[in-house]
Amino acid sequence: MSIDTADRPAVAAPARPVRRLPLHWLGILPFTAFVLLFLILPTMKIVIGAFQTPEGGLTLANVAGLFTPSILAAFWISIKISFASALLGCLIGFAMAAAVVLGGLPRAIRGPLLTFSGVASNFAGVPLAFAFLATLGPVGLVTAFLRSELGLDLRVLGFNILSFWGLTITYLFFQIPLMILIITPALDGLKREWREAASILGATNFQYWRLVAFPILMPSLLGTLALLFANAFGAVATAIALTGSSLNIVPILLFAQIRGDVLGDPHLGYALAFGMIVVTGLANAVYIWLRARSERWLK
Amino acid sequence: MKRLWAWAALIVGLLYFILPLLGMTNFSLKMRRGEYSFDAYAKVFADSRFHETFTYSVWMALLTIVFGIVLVVPTAYWVRLKLPFLRPYVEFITLLPLVIPAIVTVFGYIRLYNTSSWLPLTGSSIGTDVLLMFGYATLSLPYMYRAVDTGLRSIDIKTLTEAAQSLGAGWATIIGRIILPNVTVAVMSGAFVTFAIVLGEFTMAALLNKPAFGPYMQLLGANRAYEPAALAVIAFTITWACLGLMQLISRLQKTPQTPV
Repeated sequence: MSIDTADRPAVAAPARPVRRLPLHWLGILPFTAFVLLFLILPTMKIVIGAFQTPEGGLTLANVAGLFTPSILAAFWISIKISFASALLGCLIGFAMAAAVVLGGLPRAIRGPLLTFSGVASNFAGVPLAFAFLATLGPVGLVTAFLRSELGLDLRVLGFNILSFWGLTITYLFFQIPLMILIITPALDGLKREWREAASILGATNFQYWRLVAFPILMPSLLGTLALLFANAFGAVATAIALTGSSLNIVPILLFAQIRGDVLGDPHLGYALAFGMIVVTGLANAVYIWLRARSERWLK
Repeated sequence: MKRLWAWAALIVGLLYFILPLLGMTNFSLKMRRGEYSFDAYAKVFADSRFHETFTYSVWMALLTIVFGIVLVVPTAYWVRLKLPFLRPYVEFITLLPLVIPAIVTVFGYIRLYNTSSWLPLTGSSIGTDVLLMFGYATLSLPYMYRAVDTGLRSIDIKTLTEAAQSLGAGWATIIGRIILPNVTVAVMSGAFVTFAIVLGEFTMAALLNKPAFGPYMQLLGANRAYEPAALAVIAFTITWACLGLMQLISRLQKTPQTPV
């Protein structure tokens, strides 16, 4: 018996790799199951549902249903708000990050600014809407100050917090910090030697930026623009808390659609959600592709 | 000249961030006519709905954190140890919740796990709680996974595993008593982000009809004037505390590792 077991390893050895393989994969089984059940399948359900009739047959009618004037308008407003807040977020965030990284400001500012950006980029949702209502709303701090001290009535000037610009300005509160967080490492990656080389060759500061720094930063900038766009496009809570359902944007429309499921047409809801996935998916694909490109330079 | 521009950009930018915070704090103190008071806070704290929803969300956050640790730590460890070629794919999957809007995911849940489906989670209160917790776990997955994976990079898991195995440890012992204590700091930072996310989350809880803090804030915002500002101050303080603690912890972790 003991001789038998001593002999066994030699015999069993070739069989081992075969037996080990499934055990390896067992290790990530819980994760795979979780991701499948609560991330992939629900999304697939939506995507497939967008192309199904209530009886289960294939159809393009749901997606075609998106091309009604009111839904197209909602997508268009959503895209405009997301793009405006992403673009402004990129510009302001870039200016602030560049000021701290390259502008010769005390280094002590940098740490707190990045910490604050980490907090503020997560401060989306319902409380953010309250903060802006209390500031730029009809009786908000800034509104009241402008009216009593400078005689400027924002409402007369055409500004309303429950509008395109109101929402855009509110979204900037999480867009700018996200830009700062992402672009600071990229700015750090600009090597001093490049600037020195450019100035030895006689480049002015403007030429250095136009011909060297900017082209290197371009993929990062565009990629972050895409990311910020997707970030704003999926934001629901802030919009609902701020405007109720008065502003016709896609996330609010979808929210109302899901809420009113019993009466409404669930398959139009599928199509709406599918439209959202397509938009954010495209934006993120652009981000991933451009980030891969920018990493070549900024190591 | 350059420095002047830099200061200008920074100050204008900071003004934009400070004004809303100032605005909400100022507004939250103005409930009593003509003077500053903490009346709005008193009102909020006296509201039993505040206690219920806040407690509910804290519980959900803690459960989500525990579930996230149990799910993510062994997975990240296993992938690094045995299936390194899978790492880019797993990482990509963990980033998906940033791509797919939460409202889409929860819509999928409602359709997939409704009362007439094969797994009727939305049929019972506990089932919906579980579903919501899984939803929160997906939302926090990008942060949790990255934190743990970064933490694992700094330790030699191969040697630790072999040492533990040669002393006779099983997988549960290795993960629970060797790996987990070594990545505590990383897990903590993931946990704080999770806590902040879950506490303020609105969409999933609202659509699953759960009495969480986010929907409560939204409801109060629709019906009251001053209390929402007080709530915003409270929520901001909690978010700030969570993420501030996270930053502090990750800085504490970094110092011994990078000597420069």
